[in-house]
Amino acid sequence: MDRKQYCVKLSVQPSRGLMDEKFIVLVQNALPGSQLTIRALHQCEDGHSWEAFGHYTADTTGTINVSEDPSIGGTYSGVEQMGLLWSFRPIPGSKSGLRMRKKNIQTPMEVTISVYQGHQTEGFADLVPLSGVAVERWYMAPGVRRIPVTEGGLTAALFLPSGPGPFPGLLDLWGGGGQLVEYRAALLASHGFASMAIDYLTAKITMETGKMVDNQYFETAYRVLQQHPQVCGSKIAMIGLSFGTSITLKMAVYSEVIKLSAAVCISGSHVQPVDGSVEEILRFFQKNGEKTRFSEKNEVIWRDLLLPIPTDPSLKVNVGRLQCPLLLVVGEDDQNWPSQESALDIKEMMARAGNSHLLTVLSYPNAGHLIEPPYTPHARSSTLKTVEIEEKVMCLWGGQTVEHSRAQEDAWKKMVVFLKENLYGGRNPTSFSHL
Amino acid sequence: MWSVTRPLLQECTLACYRLLSAMTQAVPPILSITPSRALVDEKFQVLVENLPPGCPVTLHSLHHSEDKDDWEAYGHYVSDHRGVVSVTEDLSFGGTYTGKEPMGLLWSMRPVPGSREGLRLRKINVCTPMLVNISVHSGHEDFRDRTPLASALAERWYMAPGVKRIDINKQGVQGTLFIPPGPGPFPTLLDMWGGGVGLLEYRSALLASRGYVSFSLDYLRSEHLSADVEFKYFETAFNIIRNHPQVIPDRVGILGISLGSTVAFNLTAYSTIIKVNVPRCIVCISSNHYHPPGTTLKAGFKILSKHFHKAHFDENNYMSWRSFGLDLIADPSNNVEVGRINCPMLLVNGCDDQNWPTVETAEEVARLLREGGKEHLLSRLAYPGAGHLIEPPFSPHFRATKFIILNSKKKVILLWGGHTKAHSDAQEDSWRKILSFLQLHLYHSPSVKAKL
Repeated sequence: MDRKQYCVKLSVQPSRGLMDEKFIVLVQNALPGSQLTIRALHQCEDGHSWEAFGHYTADTTGTINVSEDPSIGGTYSGVEQMGLLWSFRPIPGSKSGLRMRKKNIQTPMEVTISVYQGHQTEGFADLVPLSGVAVERWYMAPGVRRIPVTEGGLTAALFLPSGPGPFPGLLDLWGGGGQLVEYRAALLASHGFASMAIDYLTAKITMETGKMVDNQYFETAYRVLQQHPQVCGSKIAMIGLSFGTSITLKMAVYSEVIKLSAAVCISGSHVQPVDGSVEEILRFFQKNGEKTRFSEKNEVIWRDLLLPIPTDPSLKVNVGRLQCPLLLVVGEDDQNWPSQESALDIKEMMARAGNSHLLTVLSYPNAGHLIEPPYTPHARSSTLKTVEIEEKVMCLWGGQTVEHSRAQEDAWKKMVVFLKENLYGGRNPTSFSHL
Repeated sequence: MWSVTRPLLQECTLACYRLLSAMTQAVPPILSITPSRALVDEKFQVLVENLPPGCPVTLHSLHHSEDKDDWEAYGHYVSDHRGVVSVTEDLSFGGTYTGKEPMGLLWSMRPVPGSREGLRLRKINVCTPMLVNISVHSGHEDFRDRTPLASALAERWYMAPGVKRIDINKQGVQGTLFIPPGPGPFPTLLDMWGGGVGLLEYRSALLASRGYVSFSLDYLRSEHLSADVEFKYFETAFNIIRNHPQVIPDRVGILGISLGSTVAFNLTAYSTIIKVNVPRCIVCISSNHYHPPGTTLKAGFKILSKHFHKAHFDENNYMSWRSFGLDLIADPSNNVEVGRINCPMLLVNGCDDQNWPTVETAEEVARLLREGGKEHLLSRLAYPGAGHLIEPPFSPHFRATKFIILNSKKKVILLWGGHTKAHSDAQEDSWRKILSFLQLHLYHSPSVKAKL
């Protein structure tokens, strides 16, 4: 049959979506029974190209619906509605150790989705697709405002939802790589939380003076958020990933100033010198540096640095004194932090103290350390430059792509419900159970 | 169905308001719009959560137009036991729309009280989205007295990402071309608007977002010297498009509304350069085949204006051309010989069209095609209660708007007809069917000739 007679029609709905929204990819008017490849291409801010693709067979009406039909090969297989995003990997020939992270969250991530004749696996750049569409993926919903925060010496960015408010607040912390990472806070603001992303390792004040921030830095952030006219000062939560968990637990339990309504700790641990400043905690980790292991690919495994979980109470945040609900998110294949062992110990400590009703643990087999917002491509390892080490290392994060991606999707959904229930709810216990 | 009485409502409103204020630093309800960015013909879900149960609230939409007018719609709701209002699932008890209307906050929009008369909402700059602010207020009748409890912003786009907009000025032909993203080439449409002022691009932009190269032709800007010269203009435009590298030459259709449908009929019936399968199909919305032979469109308009003294004015002094239009088309020598058309045709009409006898025109087209043994080419959609201006879905309905009579300074308010709910349903249904008609004839492979 003359291929020219068939005008393949490709559509993605919605063509402009938030990063955590699903889309429907539909191919119509293809030759019934024909083999087609659907491919996504994205060029990220640092110039690297990423691709994902699935192999499909058009049905008797010449249709392929990615949310209903199975991919029989490619970067993902099976019925995977969002496989074209979460299975993104650098195109062949790219350098190793890449990780996809958006810095400028005021513009969308642009993805081109195309359909090709046959089941293709390589050489896409030399092929002419049958059809292609452009898709935008946004971290910020319309009306969300970004406000840089510098008062009190802070290096932070506040994201306010659209509307009059007041809104519950959120302090958002990332891990040992430092920088001001904004995308999660922007996305949470799109869900109705006034979210402040904080840089606490490479803050302007640290870069200028050479001194790490102290505990007051976080209390200042809390105060600035609390006093904002559009923030509901009595409803503030904190979310931390990796080293951000260490800070979150410390503040939740020991700070006289910070009174949290909820805490979310992802891929982290409660193990740290209890009276330590940020600097002292980092030095504690470095002291155990000889426990660093290496994979056969020479990737750095740091999970043993805090093992075994100490019994000495001065080396663990006393979670038995926690007074707010805590959500722990754990990847069981976390190679960077002993988050699973820590979660078990936290559970025991809280059971003994009698406050385990506050604890929820989400533990995902074969998920790694970097549990990000949904559809973020999984990086089993990537190059990392931490504040402690001068040169870049290849860090093993862990996780198997399919299970890690499912964990991201599930954890995010549950995290948003947890935050809504604790920051917005209380009125109706069934308020958000339909989510 | 709940029956909400007025005293009960006032009691509920006060109770809820007290409850909301009593909470220290009250945490507000959450209003979400999903998706928050969409094409104008896509539906959205508006949801309010975290209200007190059984709370009377009003959902209010507000849009500030390019012409600096404010348009609004609102619906009165009562939250359920979970404190949720879902515009998709729940009934509106009153406002600018009632009943279960997921998109009522858009299609029932009208100018805010105190606005100028006879306004029409049309987007001129299609590269930016239409911004709609949706808010939730406590109470029903007096909702405006209170500041909103929560609000969110929706972006409604005519252009999908990757659609290209190109100004065309070639061989005397002027207009705007929209090209979908992707390698192409694409099935294509020549898009012709009606007899108003200016070039309207929004439908073309939307068609490109749906996979068609679409050319919005500017055909009323200049005065053509004669009917022949004018006809050549249309043929040239058609050829320019047909020969464009991103266009599949034998998959070009014509879409016209009102006066644009006259052009579509004329071009398809008489052109000699148009051969087999070209145009592959035509869609005529609010069909009009009045075109005295040898006259240009503008001259035709002048003839029309000589009949204005016979126009019927309704109780609001809105002008209707329907009755004298009926007289004019009664003489077949005034009309395009639509019986000569050989391609599939879709006619879309509103039965309450007060501007032109478009339903009668469609009947006449059907009769002429039947006589020629070509009735199988025709599909018809006729919507009771719909008026003349059948636009893309969720656009507000205008029963009558200001109109400047061509070549004169005279401003009238023209009656287009239609009743809002019926008209909006017609817009939604007809667009879906137009797209499916176009997909069948322009995307789907077998040629019509093969079927005959």
